[in-house]
Amino acid sequence: MQNHPVYTDNDPQTAPSTLNLGPTHPATHGVFQNVLQLDGERIISGVSTIGYIHRAFEKIAEHRPFYQITPLTDRLNYCSSPINNMGWHMTVEKLLGIETPKRVDYLRVIVMELARISDHIVCNGVLGVDTGAFTGFLYMMEHREAIYEIYEEVCGSRLTTNIGRIGGFERNFNAIAFNKLRKFLKDFPPVLREFEALFNRNRIFFDRTKGVAEVTAEDALAYSWSGPLLRAAGVDYDVRAMNPYSSYEDFDFEVPVGENGDVYARFLVRNEEMWQSMRIIEQALMKLEKEPTDIFHADVPEFYLPPKEEVYNNMEALIYHFKIVMGEIDTPNSEVYHSVEGANGELGFYLVNDGGRSPYRLHFRRPSFINYQMYAPMSRGMLLSDAIINMSSLNVIAGELDA
Amino acid sequence: MGKITNEELLKKINEKFDQQITVVGEPYGLLTIETGREQIIALLEFLKNDTVLQFIYLTDITAVHYPETANPIGVIYHVHSLVNNVRIRIKVFLPAEDYHIPTATTVWHGANWMERETYDFFGVIFDGHPDLRRILNVDDMTVFPMRREYPLEDPNRVDKKDYFFGR
Repeated sequence: MQNHPVYTDNDPQTAPSTLNLGPTHPATHGVFQNVLQLDGERIISGVSTIGYIHRAFEKIAEHRPFYQITPLTDRLNYCSSPINNMGWHMTVEKLLGIETPKRVDYLRVIVMELARISDHIVCNGVLGVDTGAFTGFLYMMEHREAIYEIYEEVCGSRLTTNIGRIGGFERNFNAIAFNKLRKFLKDFPPVLREFEALFNRNRIFFDRTKGVAEVTAEDALAYSWSGPLLRAAGVDYDVRAMNPYSSYEDFDFEVPVGENGDVYARFLVRNEEMWQSMRIIEQALMKLEKEPTDIFHADVPEFYLPPKEEVYNNMEALIYHFKIVMGEIDTPNSEVYHSVEGANGELGFYLVNDGGRSPYRLHFRRPSFINYQMYAPMSRGMLLSDAIINMSSLNVIAGELDA
Repeated sequence: MGKITNEELLKKINEKFDQQITVVGEPYGLLTIETGREQIIALLEFLKNDTVLQFIYLTDITAVHYPETANPIGVIYHVHSLVNNVRIRIKVFLPAEDYHIPTATTVWHGANWMERETYDFFGVIFDGHPDLRRILNVDDMTVFPMRREYPLEDPNRVDKKDYFFGR
């Protein structure tokens, strides 16, 4: 009877233990290190260490012309790179005072909302995986692939997209892109509905997520949270609604808001945002029908690289090409802050320009970096397994965390 | 747009902090003011707690380095009033070799990592910060790499000769 160990209160097992969660732990989906003090399975305290994939983008950006900074922004939140690309283009356009045509704005809205859907697909799918349901993740992943195929038609690449140029797009959307987009809008809603049916009223999912990592609106604001996390805590701050950019004011959409900021509320907010994104894309497609089909960039030859065949056959295009590449065009000596609603929150670009070829200083306000700093304090007293799903619902992307 | 115009906002700040702030301008509609480090925390607290202004949201803290000037490092605060939907940019320039400024973590918890990042890259010391360590760079780094005097690439590297790259 008694040949298995029996633990009593004064057993050495009651001493706190230290656990290195990360830097490369399969449950954290990225390079995150947290040194945790554990009492059994309960976290006493934790320290986050970040910076494992720091790539000095802000320093590199000081040595690159504006149009070469776009690929750097790809690698911030690489689950939704088009939003970063567009945010950067719009920052430069704001600095230079470029007005983009409505069609460009609507095309950008389509690409940005697709990116938001693909980001939320991954986040909510992975949240399912972490709570023990692999099925939803796989079903949804098929449709992220569909989104990536649309990117491929638009810009030729999938993950680090480098979509668009300052002033618009490098080429027009082709018919295949629109067909794929319509197919996605037809195919995805039943899958998302099924995904919600799988999770929203699921007892196991309830028990794992409801009341886990609750955050009050006051705390969320004090920690400068933004995006779905802040909205799940009950604050209706969405950059798209509050400071519309890229003609978001023309669209009719709702900003979903949660109540208590727990993991379940964040899950619901993200799901609802996907529905709203699809609504926006459908509206954008309708609006595009009223726009001329051949406009895909603003008329700014000083900043928009001409097509290659033009460069070889047209003197003006050659001159502009040379001037852009050599950085010989004056830019305003000013500073600008522009923010877009990234998939994780307010993605801001603070650009200080001295009139030169590259920014004097460029700072990225990265939502993951700012959202993640509450992780260690809020994990205190939490079960280790809850802390894991809390991390997946924060949707911290290492590239955006470390810049 | 915002419910408070920049003029009203400036008037309210001037009532409280007369002579202690200077207006830099309104680039792209964003009111930019400059103040000293003695009253920066009082100013931030006033902006946050004033019942009309309600700048409850700290968007960002960062810094810019202007090596040729007497006050080379400027700490830049972006604060956002979610209630009135107005932003303000506050700059504090710090004199050379004396990069001390009081911490804003007493006003917003979220300032913690923003200040750590600014310390890490510019060497600004936020007095009273609870945990002022490097955050993205390695702990034993001795320089503050975003200052202008540090080149992008290590000039001592021998494997990257200019003539390989046609320069």
